Amino acid sequence: MPAIETFYDVMRRQGITRRSFMKYCSLTAAALGLGPAYVPKIAHAMETKPRTPVIWVHGLECTCCSESFIRSAHPLAKDVVLSMISLDYDDTLMAAAGAQAEAALQDTIDKYKGNYILAVEGNPPLNEDGMYCIVGGKPFVDQLRHAAEHAKAIISWGACASYGCVQAAAPNPTRATPVHKVITDKPIIKVPGCPPIAEVMTGVITYMLTFDRMPELDRQGRPQMFYSQRIHDKCYRRPHFDAGQFVETWDDENARKGYCLYKMGCKGPTTYNACSTVRWNEGVSFPIQSGHGCIGCSEDGFWDQGSFYDRLTNIKQFGIEANADVVGGTTAAVVGGAVAVHAAVSALKRAQKKNEEA
Amino acid sequence: MEDTIHTPNPKATGAFEASRLTGDATEEDLDSIRRRTSVYVYEAPVRLWHWLNALMITVLIVTGFLIGAPLPSLQIGEATEQFVMGYIRFGHFAAAQVLTVIFFGRIYWAFVGNHHARQLFYVPVWRKRWWKELGHELRWYAFLEKTPKKYVGHNPLAQLAMFFFMTLGITFMLITGWALYAEGAGQGSLPDTAMGWVLGLVQNSQRLHTLHHLGMWAIVIFMIVHIYAAIREDIMSRQSMVSTMISGHRTFKDDRIE
Repeated sequence: MPAIETFYDVMRRQGITRRSFMKYCSLTAAALGLGPAYVPKIAHAMETKPRTPVIWVHGLECTCCSESFIRSAHPLAKDVVLSMISLDYDDTLMAAAGAQAEAALQDTIDKYKGNYILAVEGNPPLNEDGMYCIVGGKPFVDQLRHAAEHAKAIISWGACASYGCVQAAAPNPTRATPVHKVITDKPIIKVPGCPPIAEVMTGVITYMLTFDRMPELDRQGRPQMFYSQRIHDKCYRRPHFDAGQFVETWDDENARKGYCLYKMGCKGPTTYNACSTVRWNEGVSFPIQSGHGCIGCSEDGFWDQGSFYDRLTNIKQFGIEANADVVGGTTAAVVGGAVAVHAAVSALKRAQKKNEEA
Repeated sequence: MEDTIHTPNPKATGAFEASRLTGDATEEDLDSIRRRTSVYVYEAPVRLWHWLNALMITVLIVTGFLIGAPLPSLQIGEATEQFVMGYIRFGHFAAAQVLTVIFFGRIYWAFVGNHHARQLFYVPVWRKRWWKELGHELRWYAFLEKTPKKYVGHNPLAQLAMFFFMTLGITFMLITGWALYAEGAGQGSLPDTAMGWVLGLVQNSQRLHTLHHLGMWAIVIFMIVHIYAAIREDIMSRQSMVSTMISGHRTFKDDRIE
């Protein structure tokens, strides 16, 4: 078997000049928050390391992660998909179909045992033995377990694989389950978002291929370089928040002035993602910049937190839907009323006693 | 001779029971009441903590509410020239840090202070007498008892409320509050190292905010009941209440037993 070519070889074969290659290396270093000293290191790694095979499987999902991924600007998804990683199996992007595709999956697993990265888009439903999602005639959960068995690491793409997303929203009829609750013996890196930002996705893969290790993860297993701060912390409208200048109703004067969307239920203060820095579509814009609050799509259980336009999570334990302030305010009013009645009865009793004594 | 707290109980099994005060009285309290008409219950650090704590909680509730539901937009000048939310949040964080420090100070005093300084931190469920007195207190508040008992420290009902709403309540608010603060302080900061695990537990920051709001309402409810009960007891019970938290001395209005 001939040696697997390096990333650089493939890139050159793709017609990418050395100049473009170095440019890509410095852009990647910047995106990953690394200093200029890392640029030659990345270049060296790309020139000497064999390509890393990636198996990309799809469970219950909407393909928005794939859609996002192929729209990556830096580095171009074309480079990532065709050159850097050898995407050996992805039933959405690959040309093969049916038995051929399944054979390609098995081939890759056999050939690169313990060396490939398993990227999971979507999640497996566990109810009815996983019959709610069938891939190649078998429940997806079986394919996931099979592919995960010899994987070096797993990437959970998007809110589905990371947390469950809409198909896992209450009452979750198919018991859609995030990957880390099914595969417990492999290192898993979560890249949440619905979808995740394209540059974040390619950035994560580039890091793993360049340094041959997982990027530093936070407590929830997300790469720190992209998920360590909230949208709110880096939002360009933050000065209006600190000043107390808010959009009060949609399309009011303040909305036109671009004030903070906090009162419109913007989830920026409770959402960890890189939207306010990396932005979307080659850095063109992101939800808050286009005048709508963040909906918190990269947070755990974002479909189960009530309306996109509320600041607080709905509490359904009381039979009726209410938020914490309604529940608390009502209880405080009831207790206040009870105290007033109790005080009145106390005063009457006391007056009565005094009359008796007199 | 008439029965008073100054005459020994003929049925008493030991010296401790002789004076026939309620179960939370200590021997020192009994000695004190034989010499004086008052018992020194709340030492200065306890009183100082109480009033600072009350002030900080008030500031925290007002500022916290304004953070959750901000004032109408103000147009003093350009965003660079006004810092309304900034100052409100600063007030909230500053008060919270004072609250944290004095809460730890209060815990320290529970170890070195007198018997009554410890009452806040436990519920004596293993004591039969405590349960009996709790039943009496519940009946007193339901207007089923004619005469209240004489308590040196907290009555059992108050002790229960303070343990759950203050000791556990403040702990809950400090944990959730510091976890929220850690989010702004950033990963790797001291608050994050100490309290960042809470967000990992709750998973979603919005849920954490919601829990912090619920905790605030619990404390608001406690405040309503606490202030009402303190004033009512001051008027209707047989011992001093409000002034005790100012002077530290519990005075009794009569010298009848219990």
